[in-house]
Amino acid sequence: MNARAELPVVAPGTRTDTGYIGKSIPRANAKRLLQGRGAYTDDLRFPRLAHIVYFRSPHAHARIVHLDLSKAKQSPGVIAVFDGRAIATVCTPWVGVLGHLKGIKSAPQHPVAIERACWQGEAVAAIVAETRAQAEDALQLVEAEWEELPALTDMETALAPGTPVIHPELGDNLCFHRELDTGGVDDAFSRADLVVEETYHFGRHTGVTLEGRSIVADYNPAQHTLTVYQATQAPHMMQDVFSRHLNIPEANVRVVTKDVGGSFGIKVHVYPDEVAAAAISVLLKRPVKFVADRMESFLTDIHAREHRVRARLALTKEGEFLAFEIDDLTAIGPYSVYPRTSGIEGNQVVNLTGGPYAHKQYRARLDVVFTNKNVTCQYRAVGHPVAVAVTEGIVDLAALKLGMDPAELRRKNLIADDAYPCTSASGMKFELLSHHQCLDKLLALMDYRKLRAEQAELRTQGVYRGIGLAAMIEVTNPSPAFYGVGGARISAQDGATLRLEPTGMVTVMVSVTEQGQGTEAVFAQIAATVLGLTMDKIKVVTGDTEVTPYGGGTWASRGAGIGGEAVLQAGKALKSNILDVAAAMLNVDKSTLDITANEVFDKITGATRMPLSEVGRVGYFRPDTLPMTFQAELTVTRHYTPRTYGFTFTNGIQASLVEVDPDTGFVKLLKHWAVEDCGTVLNPMLVDEQMRGGIVQGIGAALFEHCIYSEDGQLQNGNLADYLVPMSGEMPDMLIAHVSSPTKTSELGAKGAGEAGTAGAPAAVMNAINDALAPFQARVTAQPFTPEKILRALGKV
Amino acid sequence: MAGKRQTAIIVNGVTENRAVEPRTHLIDYLRDELGLTGAHAGCEHGVCGACTVRVDGQIVRGCLTLVVQTDGKRVDTIEGLSDSGELADLQKAFHEHNALQCGFCTPGMLMAAQDLLREKPDANRDEIREYMSGNYCRCTGYQAIVDAVEEVLAARKQGVRA
Repeated sequence: MNARAELPVVAPGTRTDTGYIGKSIPRANAKRLLQGRGAYTDDLRFPRLAHIVYFRSPHAHARIVHLDLSKAKQSPGVIAVFDGRAIATVCTPWVGVLGHLKGIKSAPQHPVAIERACWQGEAVAAIVAETRAQAEDALQLVEAEWEELPALTDMETALAPGTPVIHPELGDNLCFHRELDTGGVDDAFSRADLVVEETYHFGRHTGVTLEGRSIVADYNPAQHTLTVYQATQAPHMMQDVFSRHLNIPEANVRVVTKDVGGSFGIKVHVYPDEVAAAAISVLLKRPVKFVADRMESFLTDIHAREHRVRARLALTKEGEFLAFEIDDLTAIGPYSVYPRTSGIEGNQVVNLTGGPYAHKQYRARLDVVFTNKNVTCQYRAVGHPVAVAVTEGIVDLAALKLGMDPAELRRKNLIADDAYPCTSASGMKFELLSHHQCLDKLLALMDYRKLRAEQAELRTQGVYRGIGLAAMIEVTNPSPAFYGVGGARISAQDGATLRLEPTGMVTVMVSVTEQGQGTEAVFAQIAATVLGLTMDKIKVVTGDTEVTPYGGGTWASRGAGIGGEAVLQAGKALKSNILDVAAAMLNVDKSTLDITANEVFDKITGATRMPLSEVGRVGYFRPDTLPMTFQAELTVTRHYTPRTYGFTFTNGIQASLVEVDPDTGFVKLLKHWAVEDCGTVLNPMLVDEQMRGGIVQGIGAALFEHCIYSEDGQLQNGNLADYLVPMSGEMPDMLIAHVSSPTKTSELGAKGAGEAGTAGAPAAVMNAINDALAPFQARVTAQPFTPEKILRALGKV
Repeated sequence: MAGKRQTAIIVNGVTENRAVEPRTHLIDYLRDELGLTGAHAGCEHGVCGACTVRVDGQIVRGCLTLVVQTDGKRVDTIEGLSDSGELADLQKAFHEHNALQCGFCTPGMLMAAQDLLREKPDANRDEIREYMSGNYCRCTGYQAIVDAVEEVLAARKQGVRA
């Protein structure tokens, strides 16, 4: 056919630009960070700022017999000293429980310990001085007499009879227990052709944000107002916490979050030393600052993922999965962390194990126990890395026993792409996932067959390479079912306010915060696209409870999906209002007008009618020229709450290629691949590097990172020299690809992407190592997989 | 406390005359005394590289260097090298590759990258990864950083030839 005879796709004159969504646009706010002109909390300067340091317990569990702060008080530059009782005069304690985690219990926790310290590093006194150095000098003069109490550090003994109970008033050391049983599990195991079982251990590790936790609290007694500058992911949540525990009206508490030097879930919790800083500002009536140094960070930033999971999988000889069963024991330290609790991680392991697969029978048992180590709580990918490693580890073990290719065994059991909507064995509701498309894309991307052939060839030469796959699902865009229903004052909705400025620019104020993931950039892309503006006309403001609408902030891979939808809806509303003004000015039907490239144009003729600056000029300065009954509304606010599903699940699959040296136990990461379906991709460049960063964090857990405690509860490697983190030299190149199944729960269609890398990487690396070790009939199942553990598995040490 | 000691340090081209305690680290002097907050304290024992600045042209850890050691020397920070334009191509490449997220490591990372570009102009990708291994980044997967450095390295070589 002659191409010229075809009808044009769109009518002549139609403007067809699709805007900025889906384009790899560099982040505007990165420029200040590149010039060292960011404003992290510790960069801020205040008159009369005093500096706080904490005297912390050197013991894992000890009664404070006597605490003498008098010498410290006399030290040069010291302004004040406080013990726990002094802080408690202005600040109430809290208990980290949630109503929907049935039976969860914890003990009241004070910002500064009174009478007893329950982990090494718990703050027991505060020293405030003119400079930090002076406060640290005074710290050396604190005299404390302790009565050491038995330290519970082995979670396996936490529930045993005779083990001392950390909080006697709770009756035992059990924080939370959950059982899930679909029924029919015993039957499935009895009729299985093959049952595989294995126990997986996960080393407690932590987030290691490069910026330590930081807070400046500034109480003004004249107005009974508290302004807090804080490196936090959830400013409104913190506003509520400061308000309630310091008894200051909510509207008098302002939380400002400027640049944040990494979060990953570390900075979404209530930390005793930060709340104490606010209390100290109230007591001293002046601004005070606390910044955690690196050793304090290791001792007091939440840890995560100390789990022991026994897993079983029942299969037919054809490789069909019949049932999964797990028994998860996890230790969380002496308190459930407020207000999100420390029960969520284990709860997620129960919810997510086996998640990608179509089996119907599942049984899980979870015990969350108290110990005398630092507290644990939600850290990037919460529970996913454990659930994915258990699931994918045992699936690979089954493939090995069946003599079946691991990719084929997965293909046989992954939920079919046309099966949605559906519900998993654990009860999770899936709107639309794409496991098979992702698997196919991954295998093509990595050239799986060629790699397998190469692997076989190299083995004959004594080179041991391994290929590991890890399929996964991920919780994103959580509804109020995550926290709100349990009574936590944590918002699952977010809001966006868009204001047309008189010059035609638009200011976008959103309750989701920016920690470098590119929140502000994608909000600008969405706003510009919806409004028909160029990116340079958009200014995004986040991180100030006094400026933005109310909202949840940044956690659970929710910012783009929830905040982005609020921006989109607000943008549509503002555009409509702008066109109302333009239509009134032009005395034409509004439906004939649209906006592109910062101008209102006539949709029929394509002719430009006016720039937005003209709408702004008339709307703000000459409304007298508009019809008498017409009021221009050039600021709008919209909110969005995901409600159709408890969570908007995403899916993906990763692969790792490693080479293991059987003589040294060293693992060389050769390459890593990931295919991810986060629905609408807003900015591929940002998503891809965020995926890579997540993968590297997962690799850290798999190979290096471990908070090592002695039997008496002393952290042995609480510094960056001894606690190993991934550096550029050991990291592989990572190929990222996408399948896009937009969620229909929002117009934007975006699901979350922030945690997928961390969720899947440890399992992929573990499976790759075990694949490499297969010729030796050796396996490793206890993260991190250090050379020593690999050599032990090989029987060489 | 020992008495203060007078220092004269050329910071970003300007001579700063300050009395400092001998125990003061360079990073604290830059941040607290001069208000140059671009370099950050990350680990405070020389591992993470967030405090990297230049002393007489050599990159050093601001947390391991005492300020009195730099008396009479020239200290260059991210602020100065941004204003002079020395890092402009690196900053542009980092921006275009999204080689930063939270940005806390970035000033130190740029210092190390500039040092690499001067010391190892023929570095390959693996050598870039190795050279940058003294700077910790928790956000990116390092890949975008390596991509950005590789691009500038190639461009500068091109520039030399041109």
